[in-house]
Amino acid sequence: MRSPRRTLAVAASLVMLFGVTLTACGGEDDTSAEKTITVYSGRSEDLVKPILDKFSADTGIKIDARYGNTAATATQLLEEGDKSPADVFFSQDAGALGAVAKKGLFAVLPGEVTAKVPETYRAKSGEWVGVTARARVLVYNADKVKEGDLPKSVFDLTKPEWKGKVGVAPTNASFQAFVTAITVQHGEAKAKEFLAGLKANDPQVRDGNGAILEEVDAGTLPVGLINHYYLGELAKERGTTPDALKAKLHFFEGGDTGALVNVAGVGILKKAADNADARALVDYLLSPEVQALFATETSEYPVVTGIAGPTYVPALDALDVPAVDLNDLDQLEATIALIKDSGLVP
Amino acid sequence: MLLLLSAAAVAVASIPLVYLAVRTSEAGMARVLDEVVSARVGTLALRTLALAAVVTLGCLVLGVGSAFVVVRTDMPARRLLGVLAALPLAVPTYVAAFAWTSTFRGLEGFWPAALVLVLCSYPYVFLPVAASLAGADPAQEEISRSLGRGALRTFTGVTLRQIRPAVAGGGLLVALYVLSDFGAVSIIRADTFTRAIFIEFDLGFDRTGALVLSSVLVLLTTVVLAAETVTRSRGARFASLSSGRRPPNRVALGAARWPVVALLVGVAGLSLGMTVFSLARRMAVGVSRPGAWSDVLTAAGNSLWLSLAGAALTMALALPLGLLTARAPGVLTSTLNHLSYLSHALPGLVIGLSLVFFGINVAYPIYQTTWLLALGYAALFLPLAVTSVSGAAVQAPPILEETARSLGKRPVTVFRTVTLPLTLPGIGAGAALVFLTCMKELPATLLLRPTGMDTLATKLWSNTSVAAYAAAAPYAALLVLLASLPTWLLAVRSGILAKEVGP
Repeated sequence: MRSPRRTLAVAASLVMLFGVTLTACGGEDDTSAEKTITVYSGRSEDLVKPILDKFSADTGIKIDARYGNTAATATQLLEEGDKSPADVFFSQDAGALGAVAKKGLFAVLPGEVTAKVPETYRAKSGEWVGVTARARVLVYNADKVKEGDLPKSVFDLTKPEWKGKVGVAPTNASFQAFVTAITVQHGEAKAKEFLAGLKANDPQVRDGNGAILEEVDAGTLPVGLINHYYLGELAKERGTTPDALKAKLHFFEGGDTGALVNVAGVGILKKAADNADARALVDYLLSPEVQALFATETSEYPVVTGIAGPTYVPALDALDVPAVDLNDLDQLEATIALIKDSGLVP
Repeated sequence: MLLLLSAAAVAVASIPLVYLAVRTSEAGMARVLDEVVSARVGTLALRTLALAAVVTLGCLVLGVGSAFVVVRTDMPARRLLGVLAALPLAVPTYVAAFAWTSTFRGLEGFWPAALVLVLCSYPYVFLPVAASLAGADPAQEEISRSLGRGALRTFTGVTLRQIRPAVAGGGLLVALYVLSDFGAVSIIRADTFTRAIFIEFDLGFDRTGALVLSSVLVLLTTVVLAAETVTRSRGARFASLSSGRRPPNRVALGAARWPVVALLVGVAGLSLGMTVFSLARRMAVGVSRPGAWSDVLTAAGNSLWLSLAGAALTMALALPLGLLTARAPGVLTSTLNHLSYLSHALPGLVIGLSLVFFGINVAYPIYQTTWLLALGYAALFLPLAVTSVSGAAVQAPPILEETARSLGKRPVTVFRTVTLPLTLPGIGAGAALVFLTCMKELPATLLLRPTGMDTLATKLWSNTSVAAYAAAAPYAALLVLLASLPTWLLAVRSGILAKEVGP
């Protein structure tokens, strides 16, 4: 019987690991009486944490931040309801903010907060406000597609010359918002027709925008529908500038739905309606300094007017944005039914 | 007493089922029917079951085959190759799938997903089968041979029967794993139920559709469990003819030895090598780096601590159920057992949400603490632990306990002095398996972890989600490395490292 001795060895090593872990966890519980707010972030830690840390350093308000996937975090908030520990929800997508607002979980933001942001980029009800804007673009590989051959409209992508060449991420929230925008702008029949045309044109379905961009840059995909800031992220990862990449951005013109601009934004949960610290965070995110930081750090467009955007893309007010109200994008159910029926997702 | 404690364990594992029942009934019959009764759900169900079947079959061939050559042949370097064959268990499927898709662009669909799943999960079959081949009594085979049966007939007639419980148990774990896996199927885009569930969450931030689909997944799980019950031989229990353990009989491979070695090394290369190669390439191409080494170490410490808490709680809950399974098999016990398996096949995201529900409504004081997450791990991984405990308890002769009791020892004393020492190896193996599985778990960890607590898996996820692949690589490497330790312990325990001469 040598097994028990082995098991002892197992137990001993586990105890050792335990010791290491305890020391690693030590020093975390500095629960002094300082001010703390809890932030649920559907946005990535790497993008948001430096900004939240800076907020804490500047204001002395400590932040407990929970990072997660936007959809999962929104679902968690819905599941928690009034008992949620969260004071603030920072979302990657207007649709998720709309879903939380619809359940009545958000407080109405004060008028002087929402007034900082143009009407286009906030909730009519005042329950959430945009922080940064992201444009839908067609990314293309400069070696594979000549600039003159680029489609004039996103609807041209269903034509035979693009068969098997277009990368799409139909499960991505930005794609859904785009499909909803087609419905809002041109009616449901047009959205249905576009999805059917896309499906029939042998689309290259990918899991997310990042995967599409990588393949376009590598030349294995000629074009793809993504958000503009992914180019900045990829350039950063490669240690280069966006201009040096093979992947280039094409902004649709003439108010085409393919040039939709969506937002990432914040809302304050009802229980923190009168919490000055939560309010301070929202003000901070909309301050000129932090808005400018978003442009350089995350490659997104600041929504507060008068702040310069990222350098490698046209300015936000120079974009020929379609006439679509973001508040109308919360009618997701119909869109989802359309996407499911199209067969683009399982 | 044992029954009561077992029922408590199953109650924990049933939290997700209760949650699904509550939310599904809220959705209303019309909505449920609308979601469920469609050609789409039918196709998904068939495809999911087909993937589970293909992967299980692949794992059985690869797992039993490699276990046999490692334990029962004179293959060169068999101990090294034995550990190598166990190590893919340390690689999370989302890491392996990412490695494959970033090496072979455009890899997608059923067969690539099946390949990656087989490569990551065949150790679920290899380990128990190797242990059972190493522990099986060679006397039975010798008797069979002496009675004139050939080598092949002895293998099919005697050896295969001896290892049958291990094969069935490992196969079941693989099949259930395939049902719950999100990593491989979402990255390689194989349209299974779990992927559809994740997509439902993403589509319109609507949980109802996702939860209704999850309920259907529970039904599919019962199909798999039923299939396993049918294949399981009743009351299979193999007494040892000789006392003590003897080294097993080994087949001389002759000229086939090098091709066999090449095959095993090839499999390890596809699973481990591909991952290492891809991570190294990502490191070289990217310029992002993890913030500071202290961040990486803190995440590693958190991973170890959370997994330890998860493993401890899971083992505490699994012990009574495992003993009950071994000592009092019957309808009630197998019902309890099967109930605990149902949650095991649910995706981590659904388990996570069900514990959010439980934490908010029932256990608010432990909400977003280590303990609620540990409870989530227990709900997910209870069967892994129960299988190990009952496996060890079955091998321990009940006569020893009966003797102790007949000598007037109290039940508690019998448990402490006889049962516990005899099942310790199983407890150790179960703990190691649960520990390493907790470490790889992502979706439930993201939802349930204490606010602000990062683990290796969550850091890996947050880095890859912003294309900072190079920064993610050290977390992935450390995750695989740390998960290798318990895997190595499992390999050691399986007896494949035993020296030629027994004690």
